[in-house]
Amino acid sequence: MDWLYILMPIAGVKIFWPGLIILGVGVGVIGGFFGMGGAWMVTPGLNILGFPMAFAIGTDIAHMAGKSLISTLRHGKFGNVDYKLGFIMLVGTVVGFEVGAQMIMWLERIGIVGPVVRWMYLMLLALIAWMVFADVAKRRRKEREALAAGKEVDKLATGLEWHKTLHRIKIPPMVTFKQAGITCSAWLPILVSFFTGWLAGILGIGGGLIRMPALIYLVGCPTHVAVGTDLFEVMISGLYGAASYTYKGRTELVAAIIMLVGAAVGAQVGSVATKYIKGYGIRIVFGLAVIGCFISVLLKLIPTYYPPLYTICDVSATILILGLVAAMSAYITVKMVQGAAREVAMKKGKTA
Amino acid sequence: MQLMKRIWIACAVFNLSTQAALAAGGGGEPIVIVADSRKLTGIMAWWANLYNESHVYFTLLTIIIIPVIGVIFGLLADLAMHFVGIDLSSRDLAEH
Repeated sequence: MDWLYILMPIAGVKIFWPGLIILGVGVGVIGGFFGMGGAWMVTPGLNILGFPMAFAIGTDIAHMAGKSLISTLRHGKFGNVDYKLGFIMLVGTVVGFEVGAQMIMWLERIGIVGPVVRWMYLMLLALIAWMVFADVAKRRRKEREALAAGKEVDKLATGLEWHKTLHRIKIPPMVTFKQAGITCSAWLPILVSFFTGWLAGILGIGGGLIRMPALIYLVGCPTHVAVGTDLFEVMISGLYGAASYTYKGRTELVAAIIMLVGAAVGAQVGSVATKYIKGYGIRIVFGLAVIGCFISVLLKLIPTYYPPLYTICDVSATILILGLVAAMSAYITVKMVQGAAREVAMKKGKTA
Repeated sequence: MQLMKRIWIACAVFNLSTQAALAAGGGGEPIVIVADSRKLTGIMAWWANLYNESHVYFTLLTIIIIPVIGVIFGLLADLAMHFVGIDLSSRDLAEH
């Protein structure tokens, strides 16, 4: 069975290459569907396959850039990418990320970086999960009330409407984002992206997990446009991250290419699945992913206070993350296949 | 013209941020990792040697290869989906 292993030229470790393809498919599906890089899922996966942690992060970022490019191209064709919004947010993200990274250096100097980052991450994940499910509950209440009144709720209606309040702040220059269908002060996306970039810089993550809900709840993007525009940003930040990590010598391109084989298929499946699943369906699955991430971070935090629990917590976190990747990618794939089958059947029905 | 201007601005931001990140660096001894190319042959040995000789060329090639491969694999997956009969150019669902 030696042919199932490949020697990585830079890291110098033998890796089970089908594992890389399977991991690539899983995170490709999830990334294309939610609009995020998914570093929190890939890095532990690569680590399990035998990569040293430093190479796991660099390789993950390199494959993320390629995968996001594939998803962005697909979402772009569906009209889900607002490039103008993406470019404006890119400026805020880069500046915010650098400020966050500098802040981490400062926290490191005063010796409290670990606890601050972990607790902040947990609070943020809890807040995002709450936002998603509060929004879903509110929207369902609206639907029930409309049904009771014998009406139908507007397809574009949302549960939480914070973005409407933010859109009332009309500080010039005002900008219109056609694809997202919103007009607001240019400062809104700049400040939101600065904030999300700052958080990503502090937490040491790509930021898709934060940016996607921020685009929906603060900027007011429809879910599909938030996914597509976020992927556009992940693509650019992924290339930047890949350059940075590769220059430091921490990227295993061979592994990234093998992962891309799987991720290319997965990213297409995830992106096309958004055609068949309503915006709120995407939000609910995203909320569940955030809860999974919350539990995995919590499991990694517990041994800091109770060291004897390290092994059990570490194993549980890994099983949880990989189980979550498998379950979510299976769900999205099934939905995509069902939707595609319906579409193909309808086309055949029309031609018959 | 406007698109070109936007692309130029994006490139400038990317370039500046990359330089800033590379210049920021950090204190302490840098860790040097050397790829062991003795067990490798062909393109893998060439790749490991490139890594040992120049991280700059290694980085440049990496950030060129990744998008190119991404596009190639993406197009192949596109072809497969077209073959199945899925419409890959529009999305009818209008939902927030």
